[in-house]
Amino acid sequence: MTSAVLPRRIPWTLVLFLILALIPALGSRYYTFLATDIVIFAMFATSLNLLLGVTGLVPFGHAAYFGVGAYVCAIFMKDLGLPFLLAWLLGGVGGALFAAIFGFFCVRLTSVYFSMLTMAFAQIVWAICFKWNDVTGGEQGYPNVPMPSMAWLDWIPWVGDLKIDHKFFYLTLLLAALSIAAMRRIVHSPFGRMLTAIRDNTERTQFIGINVRLYQLIVFSLAGGFAGLAGGLFGIFNRGVFPDFCYWPKSAEVLIMTILGGIHNFWGPSVGAAIIILLNQYIVSHTEYWPFVLGVILLVLLFAFPGGVVGALNGLARRVRALVRGQA
Amino acid sequence: MLECRKLRKTFSGFVATNDVSLTVETRSITAVIGPNGAGKSTLFNVITGHLEPDSGEVILEGRNITAVPPHKLCGMGIARSFQRTNIFSKLTVFENIQAAFIAHGGKGLDMWGVSERQFRDETWQMIEQLALQDIAHAIAGEISHGAQKQVELGIALAGKPRMLLLDEPTAGMSAQETHESIQLLARIAKEQGLTLLFTEHDMEVVFSIADKIAVLHQGAIIATGLPDEVRRNAEVRRVYLGGGKH
Repeated sequence: MTSAVLPRRIPWTLVLFLILALIPALGSRYYTFLATDIVIFAMFATSLNLLLGVTGLVPFGHAAYFGVGAYVCAIFMKDLGLPFLLAWLLGGVGGALFAAIFGFFCVRLTSVYFSMLTMAFAQIVWAICFKWNDVTGGEQGYPNVPMPSMAWLDWIPWVGDLKIDHKFFYLTLLLAALSIAAMRRIVHSPFGRMLTAIRDNTERTQFIGINVRLYQLIVFSLAGGFAGLAGGLFGIFNRGVFPDFCYWPKSAEVLIMTILGGIHNFWGPSVGAAIIILLNQYIVSHTEYWPFVLGVILLVLLFAFPGGVVGALNGLARRVRALVRGQA
Repeated sequence: MLECRKLRKTFSGFVATNDVSLTVETRSITAVIGPNGAGKSTLFNVITGHLEPDSGEVILEGRNITAVPPHKLCGMGIARSFQRTNIFSKLTVFENIQAAFIAHGGKGLDMWGVSERQFRDETWQMIEQLALQDIAHAIAGEISHGAQKQVELGIALAGKPRMLLLDEPTAGMSAQETHESIQLLARIAKEQGLTLLFTEHDMEVVFSIADKIAVLHQGAIIATGLPDEVRRNAEVRRVYLGGGKH
């Protein structure tokens, strides 16, 4: 996977984690803001890829679980006064629970019908969030989500003196890193191998004794759970939860990130999330034609690099190595 | 061990299997032969729960297993291969067989272990048995057709089945590969005490290993018996062997 591009034996993920941890040291709230956004979406896109790249399911409604997680976490924190960590975990449980219920029906369908049904369920979630004024705040959204208490960070020298945004970035980085590590573990587990087998050949997988629908339902729920966890963080980061968290363009956005980064590499979705968010920031400050630019990027990508950015880099690295070996 | 009772399957009016009855004795090697289009694969798909018959029953050791879904059948000790080679083409040969071991070993829902470390010894043993050592780490979709058939056999055997159903195990193989592969099959079946049921269109292939042969023609069984009886059967000679060819 990553080893095709980078030398082995260096714990690159740890290096990346440490580099990200230095971002608040730049002293710019803007950079920290962007980094928080990227980390949350990296987590969200990676959860989508549990379905897309790993299991071979194409969900068009993944934002539903992101939204559910965001609402659950925010409502538990603000209305019920639960501590952040508990509310956040409940957000994940909420995402997983909704995914399990909707997934029960979705995994009965295949290919495009599966995709359409996931989208239909997501639209139902959106419609409920949009209308249910008493609980979700309806169209107006659910504003003023409280920041979690981060007094526990105060004992760390330097970090303790930072502004709340930077502290929240550290909290997000820590929780996202744990979530992504858990997803990585799942992908490389025997269960993950069965998912890859399902992607590769569903029929054959049934004949080695695997209940394919059950496995698909489990991974659908897991992906929903992790999306919910990402949503919980995003609701706080955004200081409010809005129905468009569940709306279909959000599902499309995360799908684009995942495909752009590359679905056949574990880190592809994270790379995609970083690229889309940074490009968006850069281009929006120069032109109002962001959707146009995004469209062009996607066109080029889909035709020139069907394996996504990470897939293309891997291919390039392989060619360079072959060249080097050829000369030696 | 396995009994088919009057299995009938039609596809919009076309009768693919016409009241087929067949008994497979425990630890025997039974071959179903017949020209292309005789209904062999349909019969297999009905037996393995892929297709639901219009009428008739499949009985496994006294239990009715008609239209039981594939993953459950697997747990009852039945493994099968497919006519069109059916393996995990993007995984390596090693990973293919390892995946089968993981599934059969009940480790499929383990989310915390490391898949690479599962059943390594068992997987290597199987790979050696099938003489796939040299290509163990090749992508399964990129190896020769004959080798892919071996991988598929490995996947089936990893489940330690009591009964193995092979749909044209030698389809697309060279004469040499066919010979080797059939000998290997017969050896494994004897060593492990397997009940083997397989289909084949090339009659010569089956005479050497089958205990019993059933001849399928236009969806119906026209003869069953020992290889020599079937070879001498006038009806079989007429429809299948093309008169004086043998």
